[in-house]
Amino acid sequence: MAVGTQYLAEQPKLRTTSLVVGAIALAALLAAPFFLYPVFLMSILCFALFACAFNLLIGYVGLLSFGHAAFFGGAAYFTAHAVKVWGWEPLSGILLGVAGAAGMGLIIGFLAIRRQGIYFAMITLALSQMFAFICLQVPFTHGEDGIQGVPRGNLLGLIDLNQPLAMYYVTLGIFLFGVFAIWRIVNSPFGNILKAIRENERRAISLGYRVDRYKLGAFVMSAALAGLAGGTKAIVFQFATLTDVQWQMSGEVILMTLLGGIGTMVGPIVGAGLVIALQNYFAAYDFPVTVLIGIIFVICVLLFRRGIVGEILELLKRKPKGTV
Amino acid sequence: MSNAPLLEIRGLNAWYGESHVLHGVDLDIREGETVTLLGRNGAGKTTTLRAIMGILRRREGVIRLRGKDLIGLPLHKVAQAGIGYVPEERGIFASLNVAENLMLPPNVAESGMSLDEIYTLFPNLHERRSSQGTKLSGGEQQMLAIARILRTGARIILLDEPTEGLAPVIVQRIGDVLVALKKRGMTILLVEQNFRFARKVADRFYLMEDGRMVNSFPGHELDARMDELHEVLGV
Amino acid sequence: MNTIFGVPTPALYGQILIGLINGSFYAMLSLGLAVIFGLLRVINFAHGAQYMLGAFAAYLLLTYVGIGYWPALIVAPLIVGAVAIVIERFMLRRLYGIDPLYGLLLTFGLALILEGAFRHWFGAAGKPYAPPAELTGALNLGFMFMPIYRGWVVVASLFICVGTWLLIEKTRLGAYLRAATENATLVQAFGVNVPLLLTLTYGLGAALAALAGVLAAPIYQVSPLMGSNLIIIVFAVVVVGGMGSILGAIVTGYVLGVLEGLTKVFYPEASSIVIFVIMAIVLLVRPAGLFGREE
Repeated sequence: MAVGTQYLAEQPKLRTTSLVVGAIALAALLAAPFFLYPVFLMSILCFALFACAFNLLIGYVGLLSFGHAAFFGGAAYFTAHAVKVWGWEPLSGILLGVAGAAGMGLIIGFLAIRRQGIYFAMITLALSQMFAFICLQVPFTHGEDGIQGVPRGNLLGLIDLNQPLAMYYVTLGIFLFGVFAIWRIVNSPFGNILKAIRENERRAISLGYRVDRYKLGAFVMSAALAGLAGGTKAIVFQFATLTDVQWQMSGEVILMTLLGGIGTMVGPIVGAGLVIALQNYFAAYDFPVTVLIGIIFVICVLLFRRGIVGEILELLKRKPKGTV
Repeated sequence: MSNAPLLEIRGLNAWYGESHVLHGVDLDIREGETVTLLGRNGAGKTTTLRAIMGILRRREGVIRLRGKDLIGLPLHKVAQAGIGYVPEERGIFASLNVAENLMLPPNVAESGMSLDEIYTLFPNLHERRSSQGTKLSGGEQQMLAIARILRTGARIILLDEPTEGLAPVIVQRIGDVLVALKKRGMTILLVEQNFRFARKVADRFYLMEDGRMVNSFPGHELDARMDELHEVLGV
Repeated sequence: MNTIFGVPTPALYGQILIGLINGSFYAMLSLGLAVIFGLLRVINFAHGAQYMLGAFAAYLLLTYVGIGYWPALIVAPLIVGAVAIVIERFMLRRLYGIDPLYGLLLTFGLALILEGAFRHWFGAAGKPYAPPAELTGALNLGFMFMPIYRGWVVVASLFICVGTWLLIEKTRLGAYLRAATENATLVQAFGVNVPLLLTLTYGLGAALAALAGVLAAPIYQVSPLMGSNLIIIVFAVVVVGGMGSILGAIVTGYVLGVLEGLTKVFYPEASSIVIFVIMAIVLLVRPAGLFGREE
């Protein structure tokens, strides 16, 4: 699955190509708000970061979490509450969201890693549903209404985030920071051990690694980064609601990652962009979005399990072999 | 006994994933005959049985039973064509009791043994018919694995190392059972390391090495070929 | 009026009855999930949608065709079972032998399609479905009044659970199923048509869910989302019970339903999360589940 990064490292030519592509992509992201709606772009950036965070777990440890909405939506609530009710500055509000998501990740992860595979998915789903029920009942989330009218405020007291462009570039900065952090984690010694666990858990145990600790560590990091995406989203959209903590949201992030390519660096970003764009497009028509998402799920699982980016990388990998 | 073989195998190749494990195996078994495959561990004996049954799916060549080609059939049709399989690991099911294990394989012909006959031949199984299948001793499990095939009416039975890991007394019992089956006209393809056991029942021997048939000879030549066999088998 | 721990006994019995009814549905659904998982190694996320389809089939049969409750108990499961057979033949079958997570994702996608489509056509609001005339009214049990239909659901679900258990433990088909759960290849090598067995098992599991859906229609309203909220709780039930044992799935379903009902009496705020809390505790104490074997 995770052929992307390793493969690039072995192929200097492709590496330069990918650097060029990366530079073009960055330039495009910097210029984008002059051509497209900033809110639409920020929505993509938030979900892309969320999908990358989710992919850290499924792509590099092989754990399918069906409850990542809890971290994303939970952080949105924490950030929204801190900024709106306590009057915190936005960045510290987002950091509180990250910390809260990490704490929840510690609890949910601790329970879920006690089982593997399919059970892990069911447990994370059940625990996140429990969190959704709690959000429905506790007063600070305001039940069905959610936390509305969250002020964007001044970043560090300096930048007025009510300016759409300022908000966009801050969101882009957070997104790039998050993706860079994931890239560092994946390519660190820690990340290599995670991949070893994914390939063969028993062997990793027999080599003396405390597999459970690594899994829990990865789970908490993934939850914290999902929280970074969720907290940012609360500032961008100025609200936090139940939608973001419900199981449908966990399903959507799975779809984004699956569609783009599980275990690839850019796959989740591509997947998130596509899913958000499709949702926007179909919002104008009388076609139920849930059905659309379901259909993409079925097509992905049956026809291209590697995802779009995964299939492209697979093609690139085959070609040079054939010519040599 | 007619001259056309009951089971005819020509140029059988088989693969486990990418690795090529059988290389053009030829094998004939006539009706009522007992044929034994000899060879070292890893020579391809078990693989040959699994390829005949279709458990190993990647294969090429010809496998004909009474002239009917088996190689294109789905797995469950091979048994229905009249071949019974007794796997090396015996394949007794833990979630089924002895009687259920016995009744599990569907009948493939009318000529199968009745339950009464089976319980007469294997009184232990009757005694323990409501015990969990895997609670039986190794010898009893082997009897059960053979008995359930006899019930189905299969005319040809593939037996993979029936004596492995069993006490001499039990090996003796299994030998008696095979002799009884021969008398009933059953065709048997036996994989066996213990050729002192095999010589009692085998009409012919095939010798395998590295996924190929290297030799075959009638049963009465076994003694004369002992030295040659010791060399090939490394025993 | 009698009280237990300060709670009036009729209220207590009432909640236990509600718990027992919820437990009936947990038991029937987790039973179907366990049977499907045992043989196909697929967690059927569409189980909740199939339950919803059963309820909707009953509702539509009554509204548009005039077919009432009793025939619907047979017809609705047959329809849903047939749909499931098509799904198994053309989709699930292609996923056998690869990571079981893909089966989960496929059935999740199917659940989204079914629920989204029904929501689009019928709206999110629940539709009432009247219980049959024979089962209306209430019975005076001496210590409480019990609506007859609710009593019927508890009895019917017990029969369904015990019937399924007997089918698996005592019949030849059940023996094939148990054996194939252990070693499908060998069972097929004996001449059993295992691919057909897989298809039938998925159809049977879905039909069971649909039957539960018909039973549920007069109690809960018929709505497109009735299944998805239930299925997540049933997943928790399955984690608590472990999927190794059919009987374990049934018992866990009823017990957790009753515990949930009791929580509603003594600490109502926690009633919606109590099953998840129990799941968390079981994970801490016995990670493999109460009746499970560690795999």
